[in-house]
Amino acid sequence: MTPDEARLSRFPWPFTGDAYRYSANVEPAPKLRRTPVGAWGGAVLDVDADYEAELSERAAVLARDPARHVELPHMRAATWDALVWGLRELAATHPETMSLAGAGRHLVWSNHRLGLTQGFRLGEEDTLPMAPLRFLASQIQEDVVLLDQREGQLFADAGCVTFASNWSMAFDLGMSFREIHGPVPHDLADGAIPRAEQFLMRLQPGEVFRRINWTSTAGHRLDTALDSYHEWGPSRRALATGDLAAVFHMRNEVQHLVRLPESGAIMFLIRTYLLPLGEICRVPEWRRQFAAVLRTLPEDILQYKGLTALRPRILAVLEAEPVEAA
Amino acid sequence: MIAGPGLPLVVDAVLDVAPDIRAFVLRHPSGDPLPSFVPGSHLPVFCGEGRINSYSLTGESGAPETYAISVHHRRDGRGGSTFMHALRVGDRLACGLPRSAFAPVASARHHLMIAGGIGITPFLSHLRAARRWGRSASLLFAVREGAPVPHAAELDALCGDLRVLRGRAAMTAAVEAALVDQPLGTHLYVCGPEAMIDDVLERAARAGWPAERCHAERFGAVLPPGAPFEAILRRTGRRIAVPAEASLLDAVEAAGIPWPSLCRQGVCGECRMEGVEGTILHRDHYLSPAEREAGNCLMPCVSRGAGLITLDL
Repeated sequence: MTPDEARLSRFPWPFTGDAYRYSANVEPAPKLRRTPVGAWGGAVLDVDADYEAELSERAAVLARDPARHVELPHMRAATWDALVWGLRELAATHPETMSLAGAGRHLVWSNHRLGLTQGFRLGEEDTLPMAPLRFLASQIQEDVVLLDQREGQLFADAGCVTFASNWSMAFDLGMSFREIHGPVPHDLADGAIPRAEQFLMRLQPGEVFRRINWTSTAGHRLDTALDSYHEWGPSRRALATGDLAAVFHMRNEVQHLVRLPESGAIMFLIRTYLLPLGEICRVPEWRRQFAAVLRTLPEDILQYKGLTALRPRILAVLEAEPVEAA
Repeated sequence: MIAGPGLPLVVDAVLDVAPDIRAFVLRHPSGDPLPSFVPGSHLPVFCGEGRINSYSLTGESGAPETYAISVHHRRDGRGGSTFMHALRVGDRLACGLPRSAFAPVASARHHLMIAGGIGITPFLSHLRAARRWGRSASLLFAVREGAPVPHAAELDALCGDLRVLRGRAAMTAAVEAALVDQPLGTHLYVCGPEAMIDDVLERAARAGWPAERCHAERFGAVLPPGAPFEAILRRTGRRIAVPAEASLLDAVEAAGIPWPSLCRQGVCGECRMEGVEGTILHRDHYLSPAEREAGNCLMPCVSRGAGLITLDL
């Protein structure tokens, strides 16, 4: 299998029907979902062939812009909770290369994939080379946001997010769930956002749910945070002038929601997958379905997803040749 | 990881911490660490004959080797505490996973805890967390005149600002004084007899405390029976009667419809029913005021209908 084929086979295709509506669309996780070319969703933390490359990219972004990792002081317990939960989950999913050993509050993390062994004491920051949340982000491809639940609301009070899709963790720090979702057109969401918040606040420790979200990016670019807009913003021009099949990438986020067991915080994991339009066209069922979804998308969602001007051209690529019935 | 909601445990130790209050140390039969829990969580315990009682976890909350609970023997209760007090070392106990319904608020500038009698139990894990994470906490603990202080040594070790108050008048005076002398951003936590909780919350409201900063853990409250009513099951058209002494949950189960439940006291949230129509008489401590106002969900273990209600069953 070539790297491209491997990526295609693990791509989390976001559509199940021929129409798309904004919704909370949550389901219990993990759960393997088959696609015409492979499967995805078998693990909460997905370690794939791009593991080393994406972690290097994250480290480079953080070195350039340390403010991609931010936390409020009261989230200290939650960041340790997130670290231990994440390392345990990694070790359980990849016992052949990763392990978390130790007793009580003294633990030893081994990650052969990165050639790393790190002992630490829970709750003692100086036993780790970096903050617990940032250490977790150096071991998983997912971006991490921690939500504190208090006074009947959720607040994004900590995060290490290098691959944000057109938002900024530093800007959103401390915002309530509803404030963060302010930009989502309200009549479209139709109450989905308050409902999602209610659902999250009822999650019990150990429960994990996921949802999938999709948008688009020009080129294979993970860091499209608002913080670096000046760097990547101009590249969107290539969507107007370049070869759309190569430039237009479907950007999918598999988002997991975990109620952390000891702090009670909610961990929001965002894993970003990119697939060029040309690759989508290799799967007849996806090609047909994406075209059908684009044709039925209401104007305001098109606008929100930045696809208004692009739709006719994407459809032209998708419908360039007749697609055989799947 | 422990699969499913069930958690089989073995009694590892039994010790009397005060007259009628017995502490139990529980462990996994395999010796594996137990799931971590949020401070203030309770452990659902199957106490024979279909009864499930919930007891606050009092020990370490991070992947602990053992769980600890303390049980007050209530001779006039439903029999759960009598079952518990008969347990011996080595006995097996069917439990559920810990559930969080009385968590400390991490952003609080200060944590003011008020406990009465056995209501001290959830504060043991609160105080451990406060100590570990350097959170400021103080505790007012009402203990009956002449009775020994349960968990006295542990409390002394965990809390630098602990006051034990003997008798109602002393407690009331201490609560009144404390409620008007806290830093802004303090959260109030209260656990104890129902009447004490109501009294503290009422005083807090009068002193200007926002409801969002007041947290209460209510257990062992005995609800009075309600008026009989009927429920129509929308999907089948069946009609079931709920007599005065039975809960809606009892009636649904008696009709042969299995429904998830844990505490059966309107606290844990497990039995929540959506899509309800008709006049609901809410008696739970789980739903928010906004959810009650929406008028389409209820906790059937304690809440009832007036006349006739329709369920999405």
